[in-house]
Amino acid sequence: MLHIVNKSPFENQTLDSCLRVVGNVQGAALLLTEDAVFAATKGSIIEGKIKTAMSTIKVYALWPDVEARGMQDRVIEGIKMVDYGGFVDLVAEHSNCQSWL
Amino acid sequence: MGEEMTEATGGIDFEDEDASGVIKKFMFVNRKAPYGTIYALEALEVVLISAAFDQDVSLAFLDDGVYQLVKGQHTKAIDVKNFSPTYRALEGYDIEKLYVEKESLEQRGLTEADLLVDVEVMSSADIAKMMAEQDVVISF
Amino acid sequence: MKFAIMVNEGVYQHQATDSAYQFAKAAIEKGHEVPRIFFYHDGVYNASRLTEPPADDRNIVSRWQKLAKEHNIDMVVCIAAAMRRGIKEENLAENFRISGLGQLVEAGIQADRLVVFGD
Repeated sequence: MLHIVNKSPFENQTLDSCLRVVGNVQGAALLLTEDAVFAATKGSIIEGKIKTAMSTIKVYALWPDVEARGMQDRVIEGIKMVDYGGFVDLVAEHSNCQSWL
Repeated sequence: MGEEMTEATGGIDFEDEDASGVIKKFMFVNRKAPYGTIYALEALEVVLISAAFDQDVSLAFLDDGVYQLVKGQHTKAIDVKNFSPTYRALEGYDIEKLYVEKESLEQRGLTEADLLVDVEVMSSADIAKMMAEQDVVISF
Repeated sequence: MKFAIMVNEGVYQHQATDSAYQFAKAAIEKGHEVPRIFFYHDGVYNASRLTEPPADDRNIVSRWQKLAKEHNIDMVVCIAAAMRRGIKEENLAENFRISGLGQLVEAGIQADRLVVFGD
């Protein structure tokens, strides 16, 4: 299942909620979009949480949103970058998806 | 509430109801508190309409979504309709799968006894499993 | 594959509608179909023909219209949500239509995937 988060982890707990529920689920994937791409950056207090999640689930970030926010040189290694076409592929590859609004 | 809901949804008729006989698993995920924003109320309107399509419908309540189900909502002074009784009416629409995440309740100092409708309280892991089995997940 | 899309936020205030548009466009470019886009909550404002952004900004409403026209997308605005927010036939942009919530459920049944964009 693909989970999509679009909220900054510094502003609210949506990412925490998503990881609480699916952070340990084998086969789950997380796509960070819009303001959630800040969770994909190095050196923040969120980094450890994301890296822990990455040991079980696949984590992706939407590159156009990363770039728009000037975060392109700060992304955590191992987070896969996708463009909108890659976003479409992720939705197609997984049996269903949930946007954590 | 039923009649008022029909009015609120614009008196939709079901001429366009899907007649293909496909039954999909629909889960409506409620993560927002009522009244602060309109999401909870408009989510409920979708849930009621979905009942007419004979699909396998379930509702999950996580995070602030659990506040939608607490007893004792009195909205007169804010002049907003109290739609919480509608959750009790869902059974009449054959919508009986209401799942509440245990961790969300606990985080908020709530228990099942604080809720106005019968629900199944589940662990995060069980909620995740249930989500993964769905065909369509609509989140609010 | 058939992708149905649900848009739950209005224009300009939140990126959700931009993301939905880019997703729809990318899906079509990849050879998928987008049979229906359903606009709900404040998403109904995407259908206002009175929207007038500054000339140097993207025009969200006309961008949707163009995409729908070129790729035969059924753009449905929820009637209940629209009435609450003053979106009616008289200010509805072309290529959008107002209909019931049943159209969302139907899209969920008929499409292979339903993707929700909102806040």
